[in-house]
This record gives sequence, structure tokens and C-alpha cells, in this order.
Amino acid sequence: MKETAYWTWFIIAGIVILVIAGLHMVVMHLPMFGVFNPESGAVTDWGNVAFRSQNQFLAFTYIILLGAVLYHGFYGLRTIVFELGPKKSFQDGFTVILWIVGLVLFGIGTYAAIAAKALETAL
Amino acid sequence: MEKETEKANSITVYIRRFDPEKDSAPRQQQYTLQVEKGMTVLDGLHMIKQTQDPTINFRFSCRMGVCGSCGMMINGVPALSCNTQILDVTTTALTLAPLPNFKLIKDLVADLVPMFGVLKGLQLHIRRNDVEEMEKPTYEYYQTPHQLEEFLQFTYCIKCGCCMAACPTMATDREYPGPAPLAQAYRYNADSRDDARDARGDLVAASHGIFSCHYAGECSNVCPKGVDPARAIQLMKKDLVLSYFGLAKHKCAHLHKKPDKSTYKAKIEAPPHTV
Repeated sequence: MKETAYWTWFIIAGIVILVIAGLHMVVMHLPMFGVFNPESGAVTDWGNVAFRSQNQFLAFTYIILLGAVLYHGFYGLRTIVFELGPKKSFQDGFTVILWIVGLVLFGIGTYAAIAAKALETAL
Repeated sequence: MEKETEKANSITVYIRRFDPEKDSAPRQQQYTLQVEKGMTVLDGLHMIKQTQDPTINFRFSCRMGVCGSCGMMINGVPALSCNTQILDVTTTALTLAPLPNFKLIKDLVADLVPMFGVLKGLQLHIRRNDVEEMEKPTYEYYQTPHQLEEFLQFTYCIKCGCCMAACPTMATDREYPGPAPLAQAYRYNADSRDDARDARGDLVAASHGIFSCHYAGECSNVCPKGVDPARAIQLMKKDLVLSYFGLAKHKCAHLHKKPDKSTYKAKIEAPPHTV
């Protein structure tokens, strides 16, 4: 059941990446959809960057995207390493390490996404 | 014109040789063979063994694609030597080697015993929770043609090991059960008379189990019986995911009491005797 759960969420994470990374591409590369780029000019102009950083919807989607990318990538890495035929004890330890590293990176990324709201005061 | 095509064709046959008592590594030996239309690879091997080299080892039994004994690599593709005609494969050079992903016993003979061990471990028979009924059946398990279709094609597997030899996951992951056992696990899980889906699902979904399949699909391409193990594996994955979310709809077939012959009345009356 554990492997079924891992694999199921791996597939779900892949779908989430497809949707949210697609949204990211639209926001960053199709400025004609100006909802998230209200200032005139390039999407990398300071006004647009600050606006997006304060947008709670985008912050939420980026946190979800971060979690999905970390999970999807680390599951893939785990699969590749397991195919090399390591011992069961190594497999268990490697899984725990990936969970810890993934959660730490997720925590740092989440903090960055939330802390970006402070740009509001920097404006 | 007809005579021209049926004329004997001389080809070069390269056979992988290995004797564990003499050789430290497999080597390749070259033979020349006169091939006629209709000659199978197994016929060719018999010809070489009878006329050129009696020391060649290969396995065969039924000679008609039923027993699954004579699987080998024929020009780099796993196939049964008894139902592969030489001229369908080549007109110049034929390379024969044992099935990869198995331990090599001798020459073209691969050790299929580990595959049979995995098949046995997956409890590939109909199991029911009502053990008493299973041991001493008093009822019948009705199955509709549609329910039979769910798993029928997977029953054609002859356990020749060709799919196992073609599987890239088998080549890298020695603990992976392989396409044949997984397809057979699905065959019984899809059987409406079976009651052991959860137990079998736990076995195949273990670490290095069914989720290690990357869906290369080569197992289905090479199957000499037209079975589609890749499809079985994907369907089994789907069933496992649905079970994980509690959405699986499988129900075990109901028991139907055998009709009492004294009170049984046919739905359609037989026509009266004419003589």
C-alpha cells in the first residue's frame, strides 16, 4: 500500500506540475493576459514583480508547485537509485533522507514565497 | 519462379556458446546452414546439431509454439525458435543467443526457474475467502462472457520468458517480478470468481514491484502468443490506485446453487421427438 500511495501521489504531482507550470508560463511569457502584470512594460519590471509577489493566489500556487516538483523529482530520483539494487536498509534510509531534505527545501521555499509579501513595504 | 524461391539459401548462423565447466565467458561460434522455405530456427538448430556440431545445447519440447521451452534471442529479438521461420528473419546471417535477464545454464539454455518461483509466490490460482466452499464446492460460480473477456487474453501466456527478456526494467532491477508474473497476477485479479485481490495487490505493489514498470511496452511487442502484459500491468496499477482511494468496484462472483434436477425446468422446451 505504501508504494501504491507513493506512486499515486507521484502521478498527481505530475498533473499538478503540468497545470501550475502552465499557468506560470502564461503569466511570465504571455503578457497580453495582464491580470498578473498590471503595469505596462515587461513582466520583469519591478512593478509587475512586486504585484505578483503580493498576490496570495500566486503565492499559494507557487507553494503547491514547489511541493509537487520536490515530490515528483525526489520520487524519480528514488526510483533510479533503487534500480541500482541497493540493500533494503539503504533503501529505507535513503527514503527517510529524501523526505527530510524535501521537507526542509519545501519549508525554505514556502518561507520565501510568504516573505515575498514584504515587498509591499519596499514599494 | 516458384522453384527459385524454394531453392536452398545458404546463411551464416552465429550461435552464442557457453559451457560453465570450460568457458569463463560466453563466446560466439559460426556455422553455415542451407535454409529452405518453411524451415524454422529450431529446425535449423536440429540440422546443425545433427550434421555439424552435436555439442550445441538448446531446449525445446512441443515444436508448435505451445510449451514455451524454446525461447531465445533471434537476431536480437526474444522469440520462440519453433514458430520463427528463418527466411522471415534473414536471408544472410542469423544470430542466436540465450534469453537475457535470466541466469545462463549452457549455450542457448536460460534458467527460467526464478520466473516460476515468482509465479508461484503470487498465488496464481483462484482463491476465495470461503475456504470450506473452495475446498469442497457445492455451488457454481457463474461468469458472463463479458466477465470472461476481462482476463481471457492473459490466460494465453505460456510462460516462455520472452517478455522477461525484452523488459528493460528486468535488465536493471533484479528484484522486479517481471511482466509475465504481473500479467498473471492481473489475470486472477480480474477474474470475477477470485476473492484475493487485496492480498495479491499487496504482493505486487511491494517495493520493486509493479510500480517499477516504466511502460516501455516491449513485453507486449515480443509476446509470441499475442498477450499484452503491458496492458495488464497498467490495468493493475489502475486497480491499485482505485483501491487506495476506496473506489474499486470489484465484487466477487456470487455463488449459485446447482439446480435440483428433479424440479429443474428448462426455459426453452425441447421440440417433441419426431421418431
